[in-house]
Amino acid sequence: MPTATEIILIGGSAGSYTLIAELLEQLPSYFQAAICIVLHRNRQYDTQIEKSLSRKLRRNILSAVDKMDICMNHVYFAPAGYHLLVEPDFTFSLDGSEHINYSRPSIDVLFETAAQIYKDKCTAFLLSGANSDGARGLHVVEEYGGKIIIQDPNQAPIQTMPLAGQRETINPEIWNDSQIISFFNKLN
Amino acid sequence: MAGIKNTILIEFEELEEIIYLLQNISEVDLSGYSKSSLKRRVERFLQVEKMDLVDLKNAIVNVKDFHNYFIQELVVNVTEMFRDPQFFVSLKKNVIPYLKTYPQIRIWSAGCSTGEEAYSTTILLNETNILDRSFIYGTDISPKALEIARKGVYSLNKIKSYTENYLQTSPTSDFSSHYTAMYDAAIINKEYRSKVLFSTHNLVSDHAFNEFQLIMCRNVMIYFDKDLQKRVLKLFYDSLSLFGFLCLGSKESLYAHEIKDNFKVIDKKYNIYQKIK
Ligand SMILES: C[S@@+](CC[C@H](N)C(=O)[O-])C[C@H]1O[C@@H](n2cnc3c(N)ncnc32)[C@H](O)[C@@H]1O
Repeated sequence: MPTATEIILIGGSAGSYTLIAELLEQLPSYFQAAICIVLHRNRQYDTQIEKSLSRKLRRNILSAVDKMDICMNHVYFAPAGYHLLVEPDFTFSLDGSEHINYSRPSIDVLFETAAQIYKDKCTAFLLSGANSDGARGLHVVEEYGGKIIIQDPNQAPIQTMPLAGQRETINPEIWNDSQIISFFNKLN
Repeated sequence: MAGIKNTILIEFEELEEIIYLLQNISEVDLSGYSKSSLKRRVERFLQVEKMDLVDLKNAIVNVKDFHNYFIQELVVNVTEMFRDPQFFVSLKKNVIPYLKTYPQIRIWSAGCSTGEEAYSTTILLNETNILDRSFIYGTDISPKALEIARKGVYSLNKIKSYTENYLQTSPTSDFSSHYTAMYDAAIINKEYRSKVLFSTHNLVSDHAFNEFQLIMCRNVMIYFDKDLQKRVLKLFYDSLSLFGFLCLGSKESLYAHEIKDNFKVIDKKYNIYQKIK
């Protein structure tokens, strides 16, 4: 599969899992971009989410592997316990450095590094969560010309993360859940 | 260099300039490190030291030994005792029985950071009654980390989380029997400390220095690009005796490397390999 020239990022924490599962379910069988997700989760859960989603959606949902090419039409999760970064040669790298915002993987780290490589070919979503990880990264995506979308805080089970996202950015789009889902449904 | 709301970001070209400067004035060669990961480390360094790129370049060129300090701050030293407890369970089950057949067992913990991995291994060797026949070489690029490793002193906070890891390895002894607590820290028992020799070794530029039955290099190669990974794997291959074992970190595998044909997979999940030719 060719390297993806467009990337869609999703960052979520507490309260975001249901929406993520739902929007992945809406994906068409083929799309151009690569989708990369950082979901804060307990290290013990390891790769269970990828496995159960793969089974349910009958498509390969992968844990990103160090030095793996970022391919179009693929969905990747950051593995538990590691930061996920995008490298200039359009591969992933993993990194076990300090937690950022008490999180590893940190949404900021993925957003920041992806923004600098994919620039205006980067779209980032920040969803429900109880901390402020991802807000700064979202702003970096914006600064590098990418598109940023925040889940409507009124619809997010936990508002802290979307609100922090709004505070840190200049011009985010605020979408409700059905807008978000339909975006993924209409990908091509 | 750009500043976005208190965040320092440098450009990749700027990173290359720093790598180039370091290469020219010292033996430090960072050109094979993963670029985005390294870039974040440099940005963090600038933030912590309150420096900008001009300051940094000046310091690299003009301040004696600055580059040594700089690189120690760039590398990621995060480690734990019994990190990935199930790896140590697998080591005990799949590797130790082989090691037992050797009269002398030499082990290399490459990129050992502050020593936790090496000491965990000595405890495992003790529990399986082969510590007296074993010797571990712990090496790292960072003298600062090695200094801590040699002392074998860790804060009680850390010991607490190491104990949790240890309990998951179905141990045959109490973790507290392996160290002596003092005030707010604990020192690893002398019987373990005397079995490890810590010294500097740079995986990028230094050569093989012995032959080993077991090499562990965990959570080091994720910081290297594929070419450098390949070179380092060759160094490990050359440093292993036939039927010796290579253990990589839980996110590091031989899968994408040609050299895998010379190894047998012993544990796919925890990346334990045996050199077979
Ligand atoms: C994250 S620590 C891994 C510690 C331990 N192996 C573990 O898995 O917990 C990575 C170590 O690799 C060392 N390192 C980085 N580059 C190196 C090089 N070129 N040669 C030797 N060690 C290096 C760093 O100094 C750091 O201590």
